[in-house]
Amino acid sequence: MLNFTIRRLVISIPTLIIISLVIFLLLEMAPGDPMAQVPLTVPPDVKQKMREALGLGEPIPIRYWKWLVQFFWIEPLNLIDYMFGTGLAEGKLRVISWQTRSPVMEIVAQRIPQTLWVVGMSYVIGTLIALPIGIISAYRQYSWFDQIGTFVSMVGFSVPTFFTGVLLIVIFSVNLGWFPSIYDTTLVVDSWQSFVQQIRQMIMPVSVLALYNAAQISRFMRASMLDNLNQDYVRTARAKGLTERTVVLVHVLRNSMIPVVTVIALGVPQVFGGAIITEQVFKVNGLGQLLITAIQANDLPMVQTLTFIFAVLIVVFNLIADILYGILDPRIRYD
Amino acid sequence: MTDMTAHDMPEQPPRSQWWDVWDQFKTHKGALMGGGFLIFITLAVVVGPWIWTLDPQKLDIRAKDIRPIYTALWDAGAKVDWGHPLGTDNLGRDTLAKLMAGGKVSMSVGWVAMLLSVVLGTTIGVAAGYFKRLDGVLMRLTDLFLALPLLPLLLVFMLLFRDVLRSAFGPETGIFILIVIAIGITSWMQTARIVRGDILALKEREFVLAARSIGTSPAKMITRHLLPNVMSPIMVSATLGLANAIITESALSFLGLGFPSDFPTWGKLLFDATDRMELYPERVIWPGIAISFTVLSVNYLGDGLRDALDPRIRGR
Repeated sequence: MLNFTIRRLVISIPTLIIISLVIFLLLEMAPGDPMAQVPLTVPPDVKQKMREALGLGEPIPIRYWKWLVQFFWIEPLNLIDYMFGTGLAEGKLRVISWQTRSPVMEIVAQRIPQTLWVVGMSYVIGTLIALPIGIISAYRQYSWFDQIGTFVSMVGFSVPTFFTGVLLIVIFSVNLGWFPSIYDTTLVVDSWQSFVQQIRQMIMPVSVLALYNAAQISRFMRASMLDNLNQDYVRTARAKGLTERTVVLVHVLRNSMIPVVTVIALGVPQVFGGAIITEQVFKVNGLGQLLITAIQANDLPMVQTLTFIFAVLIVVFNLIADILYGILDPRIRYD
Repeated sequence: MTDMTAHDMPEQPPRSQWWDVWDQFKTHKGALMGGGFLIFITLAVVVGPWIWTLDPQKLDIRAKDIRPIYTALWDAGAKVDWGHPLGTDNLGRDTLAKLMAGGKVSMSVGWVAMLLSVVLGTTIGVAAGYFKRLDGVLMRLTDLFLALPLLPLLLVFMLLFRDVLRSAFGPETGIFILIVIAIGITSWMQTARIVRGDILALKEREFVLAARSIGTSPAKMITRHLLPNVMSPIMVSATLGLANAIITESALSFLGLGFPSDFPTWGKLLFDATDRMELYPERVIWPGIAISFTVLSVNYLGDGLRDALDPRIRGR
């Protein structure tokens, strides 16, 4: 198992390097110039110096290397400094945003909690809803429960989140006035009232994303259960007199969970990406909203870093999915 | 030679497999309805502008902010007009005409991007499956693309090439080309994987060996023997690709990085209307319904096709 894990880890390193190179080179072509807002009265040679101070004068390979060092070495050091109060990264240059002239990672760290709250919560809720629905749908195939379940999951899977979000706002904020349409991130939860307020503003974004995730996961769960329910070992289990409950919830469920667990792991980074839209609908100022504003403001270091963070998430969760598959299914390990 | 007597002859002419596929397809109600709706919406956006001849771009400031007729059912004082059954926007442009014009763009982006991604995916899949030397490289490439953060990258694409293409091909064609290519090259991976898997399995079959033994060239082998046998997974992934392309295009427009406002698509119409949705919810709801129903019908169509094209299910 250790061998398998190490092999997977080693494979993911070149993937990350190539992806970082692709993102870096792509943004090299960007037309934006951070000096565009500097007044015209500033002489050109001063402008050139300012450009060099932002690290723009040097050739591409050197800048790529510096960016990699900043991302993988200096930023983690800063995190350690922050956590343990040490001074490892003092004086080292960090990735600086063109918009705010402050380190990109600090802004990202400010935005992560909002995204994690909304997105993380919706993924957990979506999964918790999807699993029982998938199991029951498969066990009672073609029953009314299955018909409704597959229809709802098809709808949840087809209707884009920006429409469900807007529809919920029209119904529940505009017409009924139950929930606020804008997510207030400055809210501090310190009393029962503010806690209720927090729950109320989270209900709509979380349910939009949860519906979308639940739709996808329940389809997988149902298909995987159906594959297993007709297998010989299920008949054997029934023939030796096990209760139906044990057969379905222990024998069949454990085997059907193998592909579903990997799908759940693979879905996490996609959820972060998809949350860009939901965050925009409900005005949650999380990572997705940060990316959109950075793109509109032509803030290339920010766009670069955020895109790469999304890529790192994908590679990391691919790795997790692979390793989980290896743990759950011994046949995979010896391939 | 055997004598062919009357009772040896089959009573009916042989049926092609497509008739069996159709018979199976007919039993899937959702797929039939999905196909029907897809035809309806295609006709509505293609033929519709000839029947409903109002110009979607025509400003008529006197007829601004007209509500859809059905609002008169519960609000007698609402400003409605039979000349604009779905109402008008804040500049007096007719909503129904705009929906049809937007749908035309959305649907054509969907179709072209889907075709591009299917052609790309099939080519890469066939090349990887058939030519052993290319397999490793192409599959690593596919894995790499699968590990890219697609939506952020699409947004970055829009940022980078929007102005270049706009100045080269004009605002409308430029954005169209950009969106179609961007969606096409970020959505071929699943098709490529499925096609490669099927080609690898087909290559071991006897008919391929037979064809090779009579000296069939690789090009003929692929076009005559392999491609027809992988048509069904390609068709299924084409329907999924169409749904995906329509959603991606509207998502990009919704985020403000797609088509410009004077060249509306369903996603853009929805986005433009969100600012005033408290007063005019219908301007959000109609484009949203159009996107959702189209995608839903395409997904049902794909489900039905998958069942109908799978010979193991077809017999039952």
